[in-house]
This record gives sequence, C-alpha cells and structure tokens, in this order.
Amino acid sequence: MTDKLITAAIVVVGVPGVLIGYIWATEQVLRILPERRRPGVRPWLWMAPALAFLAIFLVYPMIGTAIHSLQDNAGKVFVGLDNYSWFFGSADALSSLKNNVLWLIFLTVFVVGFGLLVAVLVDRVRYESFAKSVIFIPLAVSMVAAGVIWLYMYQYKPPGTVQTGTLNAAIGVFGAGPIPWLQVQDFSVNTFMLIIVMAWMWTGFAMVIISAALKGINPELMEAARMDGATEWQVFRGIIFPLLVPTLVVVSTTMIITALKAFDIVYAMTGGNLNTNVIANQMYAEMFKFGQYGRASAIAVVLLVAIIPIMFFNIGRFRQQEAVR
Amino acid sequence: MTAGSAAIDQAGPKQGWFARNHIGIHTALIILMIIWAIPTLGLFINSFRPSTEAFGTGWWTAIFPPYQFTFDNYLHVLNQSNVGNAFLNSLFISIPATVIPIFVAAFAAYAFSWMEFPGRNILFVVVVGLLVVPLQATLIPVLGLFASWGIAGSFLAVWLAHTAYGLPFAVYLLRNFMGSLPREVFESAAIDGASPVTAFFRLALPMSVPAIAALAIFQFLFVWNDLLVSLIYLAVFNPDNLPMTVVIAGLISSTGQGLEFLGAAAFISMALPLIVFFGLQRYFVRGIVGGAVKG
Repeated sequence: MTDKLITAAIVVVGVPGVLIGYIWATEQVLRILPERRRPGVRPWLWMAPALAFLAIFLVYPMIGTAIHSLQDNAGKVFVGLDNYSWFFGSADALSSLKNNVLWLIFLTVFVVGFGLLVAVLVDRVRYESFAKSVIFIPLAVSMVAAGVIWLYMYQYKPPGTVQTGTLNAAIGVFGAGPIPWLQVQDFSVNTFMLIIVMAWMWTGFAMVIISAALKGINPELMEAARMDGATEWQVFRGIIFPLLVPTLVVVSTTMIITALKAFDIVYAMTGGNLNTNVIANQMYAEMFKFGQYGRASAIAVVLLVAIIPIMFFNIGRFRQQEAVR
Repeated sequence: MTAGSAAIDQAGPKQGWFARNHIGIHTALIILMIIWAIPTLGLFINSFRPSTEAFGTGWWTAIFPPYQFTFDNYLHVLNQSNVGNAFLNSLFISIPATVIPIFVAAFAAYAFSWMEFPGRNILFVVVVGLLVVPLQATLIPVLGLFASWGIAGSFLAVWLAHTAYGLPFAVYLLRNFMGSLPREVFESAAIDGASPVTAFFRLALPMSVPAIAALAIFQFLFVWNDLLVSLIYLAVFNPDNLPMTVVIAGLISSTGQGLEFLGAAAFISMALPLIVFFGLQRYFVRGIVGGAVKG
C-alpha cells in the first residue's frame, strides 16, 4: 500500500513537472532554429503530447480493430467478413442489437422528455436550484452504484412474504404484484427496467443543458406574447419549444451515443442474462469469456459504424458554430 | 422579481395551470423530486439498518421509532470485502488520470487557440470527431500494446488509457474557452516581449481556471465512476489494483451479500463524487453546458 502511495505522489507531482519541463525545453530547442521558422514549428511541439496520446490510444487502435475484425480469433488468418456474418446470423447478437434499439429509442425519449419537463417546471418556481440538485445528483454517481440502488428498488420476494423492495411494496398497496422486475422477459420488461435506471441518471444532464438554453431565450419575446393575451401554454408551444429544438437535438445525439455504448448498468444488474444483453456486453463476453477477438472486434466495428453518422453531425454543427464566431 | 413577472402574477387566472407558481407546477415538480430522490434515500437508510431488520421489513419502516441504526454494514464491507483497499485504488487511479490530461490538453488547446499553423482547422475537426468514438473500438489493440509493454494490470496502463480517452473532450472544452479570451491580452504580451511559454503560464492558464475546474471535476468523476476501462486493463491481470466500481460489481454477482451490505459499499463509493458534486456543482454544470456542441 505504501508503495502505491509513493508512486501516486510521484506521479501527481512528477508528471506535471515533466510536462512543464517539456514545454520549457521546446522553447530552448526553438532558439536553435532561425527566428522566422520558429512559429511554424512551435505549435507542433505544443501539440505533440496530445497528438501522440490520440494517435496511439484512439486512432491506431480503431484501425487495428477494423483489421482485426477481418481476421480469425488468433489474429493470424484473414477470414474476410466471416465475423460479421456470424454477428448478423447469431440469435444472441441480434437479440443484443434489438435491445440496443430499445435503449436508443426509449432512453432518448425518456431523458429528453423528462429533461424538458423538469427544465420548464423549475423555471417557474423559487426553489429552482434545490429542485435541480435533486434531479441532478444521480449523474454524479457511478452506474454500478446506481445499479445497486435500483436492485433494491426492484427487489423481489416470493408472494406471501413481506416485500422489502420499494417498487413491489408500492404496488402491493394496491393489491398488485409482486413482480420479479428484472426477470420478466415478455415485452422486454426487464430491459425497460434497466433503461429506467439509466434515464433516472441522465435526466439531470438533459435538464441542465435545456435549462441553460431556456435562460438564453430573450424574455421580451415571451413578454410580448403575454401582453397580446397568449396563455402560458401557448407561449411554451409557440415560442419556447421551437427555440429549444436545436438544443433538444444536441441532447438527443448525446443520449443516442450513451444508449449505443450502454455497458455498466447491464453488467452490474443482470450480467446480460435473460435477454437483456446489449452489444457492448456481448463484445466484452466474446473478448474475455470466449477469447474470440475477431468477433469482438467485429462487434466493436458495428458499434463504431452506428456512431459515425452522429460524428459527422457533430462536425457539421461545430463548423456552423465556428462560422458564426 | 422583475416588473415582467409581476405582470404575469396579476394576470394569474387567465394563464392557467402552466403559469409561474401555479399549484399544478408545484405538485408536478414535487412529485418528480420525490420519485428521483426515493431510490437513493431508500438504499441509504437501509445501509444503516441491521441485517435482520433489513431482511424482514422495508426501509420505510425505519423512519418511525423504535430507531435501530448501526454502522455494522459499513464496518463489515470495509473489513471483509476489500472495499477499503478498493477505495484507495480508486483514488490512486483517479488523481493522476485527472491531472495528466489537463496539462496535455491545455498545451494543445493553447496551440489551437493562439498559434497559426497549416491544418489547424482540419486537425481540430478530427478532435471533434474523436469526441464520440466508443471506447470499445480501441480496447483490443490497446490491451495488446499494454501487454507488449508489460504494463497490463498496472496503474500506469489505466492512467495512460484514461488520459487518452479524456483528451478529445479536454482539448475541445479548453480550446473553446481559451479561444474566447481577449486577443489584445496576448498581443500586448507579445509586444512586451513575452515568450509563448510565459504568455501561457502567466495569462492563458490563470484566465482559464473556470474551464480547468470544470474539466477537472468532469474527468475525475468520469474516471472514478468508470467500470469498463478498469475491467479490461486491470481486472484480468491484477486483482490487487481494482477500483471500487469493479469490486462492487463483483460483490453484486457473488451470492450471499445482502443489499444492505452492497448499499454500504455503494455509498462509500459515492461519498467522494457527492462531495465533489455539492462543493463544485457550479463548475460541473458549466462543464456540461460548455461541452455540449451547442445548438
């Protein structure tokens, strides 16, 4: 334990020291160059550490994964699209893919819907910051901890015994249940239960962004409409909502990515059993349970390809923003 | 209260249920707040109840006397389940993995903001593109690299991985902030003969403190709460180095742990994020709002 402490202390003090030293050293190196060449070389020296990290740990591995997805699991023999045809032919993989689609649709709708609702509601009361904190807290905890919290919400005990899980006790008041929430596969009920956990976490994220956009709307617009006799609901539908649409789109793209990458909640709460698996967990299983690195890579590529449209969408938005700057 | 909202209050009845301070708004909001708070509150209360109590009755019964609260569950997980060690591991992983990317990103962001070079825009567009790359697409080759360098299972491996994974967002956020600092400041510094290094440490860095604070909180929470990276690069190779998330996920799947014990472990893991959150909420929110590709 003390070795770890010493190592960590050295790293926390040493690494910034080394990095600051590096930047200082680049300036000494630049002195060797003739003055007119310095501005051309300097930015590359400043960016070198970041570019090295991005190249080694993001760009090179993406290419590597793509190549690996065309090879067998030992990474030696080229097998063409075999890993992909396995993926799109395997019932397990297709079930995971179907669940990811459920995640994508319902997580996005739920988070954006409730985020908008809460943002609009808190704007109209005096305890705004307190209410926001309550909704926002779940975003600060890990998905594993959120999983534990909701395992307790969903806890199931056989009928006739006292239900200690909050949800089953609550429906028991009305004489219903108990329901083993995480085991009901009909209509993917258990998958929906997992999506709810994630939505509970991320609603605060949507709320914060939507709320910031809401504050950015010119109040005179709304005042003018009110003066003309518009009801609050008409002001919302006619003015607030249309102006929020770009923000809702941005939040939606974030939630789509979050849904596609969903892993922790499923890993912690059901382990992907009982038809709750998603592709990120499928990939993990292929990697570590079955040692199928080729197949795991193919799954990763499918995930990456699914996210690429959003990548271009973001780049497009960014360019627009820069044009305005 | 502005004159405008006073006017709305006067117009009260006509505005209907959607108006400011209308009883319907309060009801809806308070119901939502209760729904959002109950899951955490329930487990929190249960984590302080004796196992025998927690087994037979729901957490809500503990709100009424006779009160029977105990720290036993916390002592149990700290002593028996490696949770204490995991807490320290989480710290060892998170602190360097927060500090390193901030420095690396700040240098790059400064170059992107205040230095002219060919390909600057294209390169930054690449960074924006990398923002959304799923980690899954990098795991296998990076694991191969770590294995060939002999550092799989070490803290160094996760520090490097987290630094790289956090960089696109860090560079993006800091560049947007640094780029919006007043140009005159840097121009007059240059005229006074300050080198870029001086301008960076004396001007750009101190003026960017709000953005750096937001980034630090973000990266810290991301790393502290991460499961996947530690699971891939640590878990298989070195069980001694596991952080809280991996240990708790393991406790869930191992049988015989009551939820009151798991709850205690979960709340130990949540303590630090919640302190960070309540202490620095303003910066956290700023990071989220500034990091979204704005509409």
